[in-house]
Parts: sequence; structure tokens; C-alpha cells
Amino acid sequence: MLSSVVFWIAAVLAVSGALGVVTTRNPVHTALSLVLTMLSLGVLFLLLHAEFLAVVEVLVYAGAVMVLFLFVVTLLMAGVKPPKEEHHLRLAYQTLIAGLFGLILFVLVLHSVVGAGWVGTLAGPQGGSFGSIASFGTALFTRYLLPFELTAVVLLVAVIGVVVLGREQE
Amino acid sequence: MLTVILILVKGLITAVLLLSAFGLMTWLERKVLARFQFRPGPNRLGPAGVLQFVADGLKLVFKEEIIPTAADRVVYLLAPFISLTAALIAFAVIPWGPPIHIFGQTVPMEIGGPNIGILFIFAVTSLGVYGLILGGWASSNKYSLLGGLRSTAQIISYELAMGLAVTGVLLAAGSADLNTIISKQYHLWFIVPQILGFIIYLITMVAETNRTPFDLPEAENELVAGYHTEYTGLKWAMYMMAEYINMITVSGLATTLFLGGWHGPWLPPEIWFIIKVAAFMYFFIWLRATLPRLRYDRLMAFGWKVLLPVALLNTLATAVWVAVAR
Amino acid sequence: MVPIGYYLVLSAVLFVIGGVGVLARRNPLQMFMAVELMWNAVNLSFVAFARQYLDMAGHIFVFLVITVAAAEVAIGLAIIVMVFRKREHVDVDDLSLMKG
Repeated sequence: MLSSVVFWIAAVLAVSGALGVVTTRNPVHTALSLVLTMLSLGVLFLLLHAEFLAVVEVLVYAGAVMVLFLFVVTLLMAGVKPPKEEHHLRLAYQTLIAGLFGLILFVLVLHSVVGAGWVGTLAGPQGGSFGSIASFGTALFTRYLLPFELTAVVLLVAVIGVVVLGREQE
Repeated sequence: MLTVILILVKGLITAVLLLSAFGLMTWLERKVLARFQFRPGPNRLGPAGVLQFVADGLKLVFKEEIIPTAADRVVYLLAPFISLTAALIAFAVIPWGPPIHIFGQTVPMEIGGPNIGILFIFAVTSLGVYGLILGGWASSNKYSLLGGLRSTAQIISYELAMGLAVTGVLLAAGSADLNTIISKQYHLWFIVPQILGFIIYLITMVAETNRTPFDLPEAENELVAGYHTEYTGLKWAMYMMAEYINMITVSGLATTLFLGGWHGPWLPPEIWFIIKVAAFMYFFIWLRATLPRLRYDRLMAFGWKVLLPVALLNTLATAVWVAVAR
Repeated sequence: MVPIGYYLVLSAVLFVIGGVGVLARRNPLQMFMAVELMWNAVNLSFVAFARQYLDMAGHIFVFLVITVAAAEVAIGLAIIVMVFRKREHVDVDDLSLMKG
């Protein structure tokens, strides 16, 4: 009972945050809307017994990635008015087409979800250690060790890339 | 239903305690700082001026509320709330005493004790940064903006070293649950095997709370007052509360991780917890009275080139030690 | 208990909103944030399926997605900052050349 109330509150907040991402003009407000969605998703992760991921979502996404976004936005937008979007007449129909494609995509996904019978299915019983840090760590460092090491390589590439890009150029 | 009521009651008590601790702390800081500088400090209101914070609070309530014309109103008003809320929530999982038995039930002293306790603190405190950067941006004042940007860069940089210092303790204790960590220190406090981690934590906790010598976000002789330049009255007070409550939280975490939490002989555990936290608070004031402010590039270089590698080494050494001991 | 399908539909809603955002916005920063929204929507699906099958593989995948997304953001923001340095206002349609 309580969990479904929490689900609906978090779901409504997540969707309103998402709508904020696509409608707000000011990039700072866009970032804040996205943070709202991420925090709601963190709550939903808790409902799904993904405690560790809920914390990672808040810590990495809301706490680090979005702060980096805000850092860049406030740095670049200082004194610059957010560009008007309307004056691109050649793309006036763009929003319309985007909305149309979005609608088609949504109907397709909805069709497959309902078609597979997922809507009526209740989540299975909760396993004892499912979602805990211990079981997460065990899975990460045994069965999924190779992908884990590969992401380390990805991070290294990203660090080098940022250093190269951010270098002062003459 | 009972658990929900219990959580609400505990939350209320903790919030009231934290806010009164904030009031006392402002008085204590002025008093101790004055002693360091051979002056009496506040001594008019109440015994030894202890009621000074009440007068300060009243003054702030009656101050004129100013919102800059060019400010982004919603974000401007939201920012101090974010800071204060994050600060109050972060303390929730710190156990400040053993569980008590009341009405035939065992009630832990912390509000919520998920087995991710320590990660929860990191997640919530990382949200507190929003209060600073948004406040700085929304004021539409260049000093505020620079202060906000500085604080963001500083807190994110030092958070890494802090997290690694804490990882050493987690490895040694074999758990992320704060109560388990405390019980593992019954015989030997983690400050002994984890002395390097403790020193790193001590430095980063000062940086995380923007206190001297790392108070660059509000460096008054360069940035007026940093991110809260344009804030007055109660909104300014909220930033102050957030800063002091964050100090209490990091001190509480240091106590829990390195000084055996509420364990101690003779005195009640809650008193021991308060004594240990108070020692850290005194350390904060002592630093403020003693050290000059760092230059910004030195601060960043120190965080990335000294603290982070040392913290990494500490984690690695602890991991090897734990693996060998097992 | 909330049926797993609700999570999937919510995830679909978020994904579609993010997709529309990528198509309809002009500011690269905001397009980027819409992409992040799509990542997050997918993560929700993974976690929901992991809960349904009680399989940690879904959690691991989300963890990897978050890591890769963080790397992507770092690179993407560095590129945007570079572009902003060269020209005052940025519209993705003006960025049609490989050479700045």
C-alpha cells in the first residue's frame, strides 16, 4: 500500500522533471528538472530493492554529473542571454515532427509491454540478499569482471580525451 | 504505522538538537576565537554571553529581506533550503548512541539505518553543493558566481580523497553499516590502524565544509562573501546553519569511523559521542584561529596531486592487509 | 506491490520525452541533458527487470551504464566548452563543419 503511494509520487515527479527538461528555456532550469527526475528515479530504485544503485544514481548522477553540467552552464551562460529558439524558421516544424516520432515510439513500446503481459504481472518475491552491496560486489568482481575492467579503460580514455580537449591552445 | 511515527519523532528531536547545537556553536566559536586573540568575546547576554546566539537570531529575523532585481527568484529562494535540508538529512543515519529499549521495543538512536548508511551520507552531502552553486548563480553577481563555482570545484575534488579515506575504514571493518563499524572498534579504534586515512579525512572534512584554511568560496578579501554575498536575514542564516550542521555531521562521521563512535568507559554513550564531536568542533575553531587561507591553485594542486594519491595508496595498503590477514 | 509493467511504462514515457527533447532542442547543452534523461529511463527498465527476475546482471549493467555516461559527459562538456570558446552563441545547426 505504502509502496504504491511512494511509486505514484515518484513517478509523477519523474515525469514532471522530464517535461521540464524538454520545455524550460533556461539551461539551469533544465538541469534542475533533470536532477528532480534523477532523485525520483533514486526513490524508485529503492522500491525495487536496488539500494546500492539508488545511492550511486544520486551520488554519481545528481551529485557529480549534473553538478558538472551546472558548472559548465553557469560558467558559459554568465552574462549571455539564453538564445531564442523561435528565430529558426527553417526548423519551425521540427518540434512537431519530433513530437510525432515520439508518439509513434511510445505507442510501439506500450504495445510491446502490454502485449508481453507485463502490466498485470506482480513482481516476484524478494530474495534475501538481492540488491545488497555484498551480492552486487560478488557479481561485479566474479562473473562480470571483464566488463568492469573494460569500463576502467573507457574512463582512462575519457580522462585523456578531456585533457587533450581542455588544453590551452595558442 | 508505529515505525513511521517513531521515525518522525526521532527526526524532530534530531533536528531540534542539531539546530540548538548550531546556536551554541556560534557562541562557542566567537568565545574561543576571542580567547585565541586575547579578548573577552561576547559577554553581555546571559552567563559568559551564552545567550548571544538568541540575540543574533532575533536580529536576523528582523533584517530586511533583499532579493536582487536581476536574480532568478525561484532558484534564489530555493538555494538556501537545499543547503539546509541536505545538511539536516545527512546526519540522520549517524548513530549517536546504542539502541534504547522503550515500550518493549528496541529503538536505534539513528533515524534510518540502511545497510548503505555511509554511502547515504555521501549521496546527501553531495546534493548540498547545489545550494552553493545555485545560490551563487541565481544572485546574478559576479562575486557570488565565482564563489559558487569555486565551492563546486573544491567540494567535488576533495570528496574523492574523502571517499577513499573512508574506503580504508570500510575495508578494515568489512561492512558499510555504521553500527557494525562501531562494534568492530570495541577493542581498538580505527584511528590506530588507519592513521593515514584519519589524517586525510581530517584535512578533507575541513575542505568539504568550506572552513579556514579552505574557505575560498567565501574568501572575504577577494570575493566579498562568496556565494552568499546577496543573501540577507533568514536566508543567510540558513546557509550558516547548513555550514555548522555539516561540521557536526562530518565530526560525527569521523567519531563513528575512527574514534569508536559512542563507546567509552564510565560515562553514558551519548555523552561520549558529544565529547568526541565537541573535540572535532574545537579543532575546527583552532584551525580558523591559526592558519591563513590557501591560494586557490595551491588548494586544487594539493587535493589532486597529494591527497588523492596518498589516499589511493592507503586504500591499496589496507586492501592488501585485509587480504593477507584473512 | 506495484506491477513491474508500471515501471516499464514509466521508463518508456521518460525515454520518449528524452528522445523528443534531443530532436526538438537547439542548445547543445540541453540536447545533452535530454540524452542523459534517455540513459536514465533505460536504467529504470534494467533495474525493474532485475527485480522481476531477481538477477543481479541488471544492476551490473546499470552500474556500467552510469560509468560510461559519466565518461561521455566529461568528453561532451569539454567539446561544448571548446565550441563556446570559439564562438559566442552555439546552435547545433551551425556546427556542420568538421573544422572549427
